[in-house]
Amino acid sequence: MSEQDRRARDRIGIFQLAGEAQGSALVLSQALSFWGGVDAETGDIIDHSLAELGGNVAGQILVMASGRGSSSSSSVLAEAIRKGTAPAGIILERPDPILAVGAIVAEFLYDISMPLVVCDISGIVSGDRIAIGVGEGAQAIVSLT
Amino acid sequence: MTLELMADDQSMLQGEQGPAVTAAMKILVAFSNAIGARKLLDIAGAHIDGCLYHGKAGLDFVERLVEGGGRVKVPTTLNVGSFDLIHPGMMKMPPSQEAPARRLMKAHLELGCQATFTCAPYQTRFRPRFGQQIAWGESNAIVFANSVIGARTNRYGDFIDLCCAMTGRAPAWGLHLSENRRGQVLFELVDPDPEPRDALFVGVGLIIGQASGDRIPVISGLPRPRDEDQLKALGAAAATTGAVALFHAGGITPEANTLEEAFHGMAPEEVIRITRADLDDALTRLSSVADGAPLAAVSLGTPHFSHDEWMRLLPLLRKVAPGRGIPIYVNTGRATLTRLQDEGVLAGMEVFGLIPVADTCTYVTAILERLDGVVMTNSGKWAHYAPGNIGVSVAFGDMTDCIRSAAAGHVVRGAR
Repeated sequence: MSEQDRRARDRIGIFQLAGEAQGSALVLSQALSFWGGVDAETGDIIDHSLAELGGNVAGQILVMASGRGSSSSSSVLAEAIRKGTAPAGIILERPDPILAVGAIVAEFLYDISMPLVVCDISGIVSGDRIAIGVGEGAQAIVSLT
Repeated sequence: MTLELMADDQSMLQGEQGPAVTAAMKILVAFSNAIGARKLLDIAGAHIDGCLYHGKAGLDFVERLVEGGGRVKVPTTLNVGSFDLIHPGMMKMPPSQEAPARRLMKAHLELGCQATFTCAPYQTRFRPRFGQQIAWGESNAIVFANSVIGARTNRYGDFIDLCCAMTGRAPAWGLHLSENRRGQVLFELVDPDPEPRDALFVGVGLIIGQASGDRIPVISGLPRPRDEDQLKALGAAAATTGAVALFHAGGITPEANTLEEAFHGMAPEEVIRITRADLDDALTRLSSVADGAPLAAVSLGTPHFSHDEWMRLLPLLRKVAPGRGIPIYVNTGRATLTRLQDEGVLAGMEVFGLIPVADTCTYVTAILERLDGVVMTNSGKWAHYAPGNIGVSVAFGDMTDCIRSAAAGHVVRGAR
């Protein structure tokens, strides 16, 4: 199967928090801690150790291998979701409980569902158009469009 | 996969114990499903990392629980807030930020939490015991509880730690279960310095955090630490550069009397060597300025200074006697501060620039007089986060270097 075919195929994932979203992929070279790493007022990436310093997560589909660092990241993510500066969705290779909590609580308080998906992230590059949808049996369907 | 709930869990979920408990149990169930837990277990205590004001969402959540008549079901300590309630005059926060920061801390007290306001709850009378199941937030506290004490918690974040405290329950998954506490990666210190220098522990922490990913690290060749504060520094650094919630150190930590015990009799998945050059490199990267840079302040006590650390700092201050008025901020828990005040040992220390900070930490809120200069710290965690959080330049050095630099007015390292 060519790289193009492999990329075109839908990826099946598991929802840590279910929802639908579309956006442009922002693929991080390293895991990002929302606390100390993202300004919830603006969505700007402020972690000086990341190559993506100065980028912005708002409205993007954030793609990274895992979460990292401080347990305060749940609050920062929930606040960013409230303010509309959060990613449209987050795709991880490995589940992250701290990000899951932020997404669950934001949904509880504000009825905003930011999907958090665990699936294969290989081959996704920044700028890819990504759609996250809900499949049969509540699976996550991640499509590169 | 379904989550199995006991009768009392069902009662909480169905509103028989009030709306706050119902909300907490609903979120706990959603979270348990998100992580694939099969059942819940009882906890002996909780540590809540919800008092730092990160915006309205955190406050909205706690207010919802207060309105619902919520009370915590287990002994529950509180992490740092955004405000030093003991020294309010030191805060440089506009009133628009002060009001919600104070309210967030007070609202937690209304839920029945203890007014500890420290990131080092293991230094209080609420310290858990070996083998106890707990639900703790705050990354350095989590790694300390698991690794140094042998209590059992996962990396709980804001909100969920409080949901555990409100219900007395936590999902039975991850590090609560013996089989998941097995070491996976072996870090071998090559040619270890036999002297337990503080910087060695920070450097090892930075490296294992970076290289472990979500695997549990085991360290061999670590010199016997002088005290548990060195393991505190190691864990805090590892939880800063990575997601480390538990480390084992052969012959040192309670679940690693031998390396075989740490690995549960299995072979390491990977062996990584740490050389002196690796350690030097990791520590060098913490500093954004060179030796000789003019100094604006010193910040110690991240995580919060223990009583033992104070007992090493105070004689050092008297001996070096910094006299340039460079502030030396020391973050500590209010219980530790009260003990020091009762002992009378802080009297007169302000002439050396000493400024104790309680209830909060200098890198999460507006305390520092000057943000335009270099701040020197002995904390790997502070050095990593402060540039992003409050915009300062950082020099890392051990406590002696920090105090000597305050006396010299510029960054001095390695001087004895």
